[in-house]
Amino acid sequence: MTAVSTPASSPAPSPASAAPAVRPTLPRTFLAMMAREMRVMRKNFVATFARVLAQPVLFVFVFSYVLPKIGGAGAGTMSAASRGSGGTFSTVLVPGLVGSAIVMQAMMAVIFPLMMELNWQRSITDRALAPLSVPMLAVQKITAAGVQALIGGLLVFPCVLFVHASGQGPKIHVSNWATLVVVLVLGSLMSSAAGLWLGTLLDPQKVQMMFALVLLPMSMLGCVYYPWAAMGHIRWLQILVLVNPMVYVNEGLRAALTPQVGHMSAWAYLSVLVVGTVLLTWGAMRTFTRRVLQ
Amino acid sequence: MLDRPPIKRMDEPIDEIRAAVRTVDLHKTYKGPGGEVPAVQGIDLSIAHGEFYGLLGPNGAGKSTTIGMLTSLVVPTSGRATVCGFDVAKHPVDVKRRIGMVSQGNTLDNELNAFENLEFRGRYFGLSARDARRRAGELMEMFNLTDRREGKPFEMSGGQAKRLMICRALVHHPEVLFLDEPTAGLDPQTRVNLWDVLRELQSGGQTILLTTHYMEEAEALCERVAVIDHGKVLASGTVDDLKASAGADTVITVSYDGPVPDGVAKLRDRGGVTKVEVTGTQVRVFAQAADGLLGELVAIGSSAGTGVTDASQLRPSLESAFLTLTGREYRE
Ligand SMILES: Nc1ncnc2c1ncn2[C@@H]1O[C@H](COP(=O)(O)OP(=O)(O)OP(=O)(O)O)[C@@H](O)[C@H]1O
Ligand SMILES: [Mg+2]
Repeated sequence: MTAVSTPASSPAPSPASAAPAVRPTLPRTFLAMMAREMRVMRKNFVATFARVLAQPVLFVFVFSYVLPKIGGAGAGTMSAASRGSGGTFSTVLVPGLVGSAIVMQAMMAVIFPLMMELNWQRSITDRALAPLSVPMLAVQKITAAGVQALIGGLLVFPCVLFVHASGQGPKIHVSNWATLVVVLVLGSLMSSAAGLWLGTLLDPQKVQMMFALVLLPMSMLGCVYYPWAAMGHIRWLQILVLVNPMVYVNEGLRAALTPQVGHMSAWAYLSVLVVGTVLLTWGAMRTFTRRVLQ
Repeated sequence: MLDRPPIKRMDEPIDEIRAAVRTVDLHKTYKGPGGEVPAVQGIDLSIAHGEFYGLLGPNGAGKSTTIGMLTSLVVPTSGRATVCGFDVAKHPVDVKRRIGMVSQGNTLDNELNAFENLEFRGRYFGLSARDARRRAGELMEMFNLTDRREGKPFEMSGGQAKRLMICRALVHHPEVLFLDEPTAGLDPQTRVNLWDVLRELQSGGQTILLTTHYMEEAEALCERVAVIDHGKVLASGTVDDLKASAGADTVITVSYDGPVPDGVAKLRDRGGVTKVEVTGTQVRVFAQAADGLLGELVAIGSSAGTGVTDASQLRPSLESAFLTLTGREYRE
C-alpha cells in the first residue's frame, strides 16, 4: 500500500488508469473457469484421485487376486455372479468399478467444494461476480466435475485391468468405441449434474448423511459386482434398482467393454443417460441459482 | 497528501443513462424460516460517474443488501436498479462486466493462492493468461502484497485479505467500484493507508460506492452520503449539506469548580446561540455561530470568582446530524 500512498516517488500507474483491453465473452470466461479447475486439480491431484481409486483397487486386489489364490469360499460365491457370462469375476468387475468410480468422483468433485463455497464465507461470490450468468456457472461446475470424473474413470481402468491372479484376468473387448465414449461422457455429466442438484438441495448437515445413506446403497445396488441381467433371480430387486442412475452407467460400460456379458439393451441405458443428463442439469441450474442469488 | 476534488453539487436527479448507479424505490424482503425481513424498503439513489458516494448506517441498516442488489447477487423484491445504464435484474452479466466489488467478508477463492486469485479474475474478464499475470503482478506491487504472492487467502491477515480483495476488484478496470465496509476491522494505520488508496483511485476518475459504519470515514472520503437505517434513506447530500439541513450546532461544554454562574443564562439572548443547558456545575451551549463563546464562558466564570475545570468544543458532525435526524444515538 505504501507504493500507492507515495505516488510522488514512484511513477507507478494509478490503479484506475491503463487502457482496459478487457473483452470478456461467454466462451472466454467459461474456458478461464475451466482453466482454474484444472489448476486446482493439478495442485490436489493425489488427494483428489486417491480417495476414489483406493476402493476399486483394494476390491480387485482382494477379489481378483487374493481370493482366487487362496481358493476360498469367497471365490466360489463370486464365480456365481459371473457364471454364464463367459468370463471371470474380474470381467464383471471392470465396467462396474470404472462406472462406480465415475459416479463417485463426479459427486465428490462437485459437492465438496460446493459445501465450502456456499457456506463458509460464501466464496462462491468470487465466481458469481465473473461476467457469466449464474445458471451458466452451474453448467461450468457440472462440466468441470464431469472432466474430473472422466479422469477418475480412466485412472481406475488400468488398475482393475491389470490387478489379478494369473488366469483370472478380465476379457475386455471394445466392440463399439462410439458407445464407450458416449457412455463415459454422459455418465460423467449426469453424475456431476446429480451431485450439483443434491448439493444445492440439501443443507450441509444432510450431505454427510447423503454419502452414507444414498451413495453407499447406490454403489452396492448399482450392478457394480454383478450384471443387471443376472438379477433376474430376484425380480423385485431387479426392478427396484432401475431407479438407481448408476445402473445405467455400469450397464452401458458393460455393453461397450464386455459385450459377451449379458447387459441391458442400448436404447434403455442411452435414453436414461441422455434424459437424465438433461433433466438433472436443468434441475441443478435452478437449485444452484436459488442458492447463489439471495 | 492528496487534494480533495471540489465537491460536486448534484441535487437534480441524474438520468439512468448518464448515472453510474441509479435506484428507484428499491425494496428487498428476505423470506426465511424465521419469517420475512424487510431489509431494504424503498431506496432511491443516483450516483454520477467519477463520484465518491457513501452509504452510512448502523448494523443491519441494509447496506450490504443494497450493495448485493447493485452487484446482481441479491434479487430485488421490487423497484428498479441500474448500473451504467443496465438493469441489474434483467442484464446481470452486462452489469458484472462493468463493476468490481469488495465484499464485507473474505470471499477470496481459497483453492488458489493470492497471485492466482488475481490472475484468474483477469482471465474470467477476458484477459489472456499472460496479460492477466502481468496485471496481477502490477496490482500486487501497487498494494504491497508481493511478499504474499503464494499466500493462501485464509492465511492472510485481515488487512492483507482486504487489500487483495481490492486488487481483485480492480483487475479488470471496473467502471464502478463497490466497497462494503472496506476498513472494518483494520488497525488505524492500515485504515488511513487504505483511505489514501481510495482517494487516489477516485482522483483517477474511479466511481466508488462505499458503505461504512464510521461517521469520520464518510466525512473523510465521500463527496455525497446517504444516511440509511432500517432500509430507508434518512437523509442524503454532501456531508456539509447534511450537517446544515439537520441544523447541527457546535456544542460547547464547560465545567466550573462551583455552581454555574448566573451570568451564563444571559447567553441565551446572544446571537447564534440556540440553546443553553445547565446541569449542576456544568453548562452546555448549542450554537450556530460559536466564535468567542468559549472565551466568554471562561470570562463569566472568573468575574463571578468561579474557575473552569474542563472545557470542550464539538464542531457540527454527521454524528450530531444523525442524532437530530433520527432522535437516536448513532449505534456503530
Ligand atoms: N441472507 C439473508 N437472509 C435473511 N435476512 C438477511 C439476509 N441478509 C441480511 N438479512 C437481514 O437484512 C437486514 C439488513 O442486513 P444487511 O446485511 O443489508 O445490513 P448491513 O447494513 O450491511 O449491516 P452490517 O453493518 O452489520 O453489515 C438485517 O436485519 C439482516 O438480518
Ligand atoms: Mg453489511
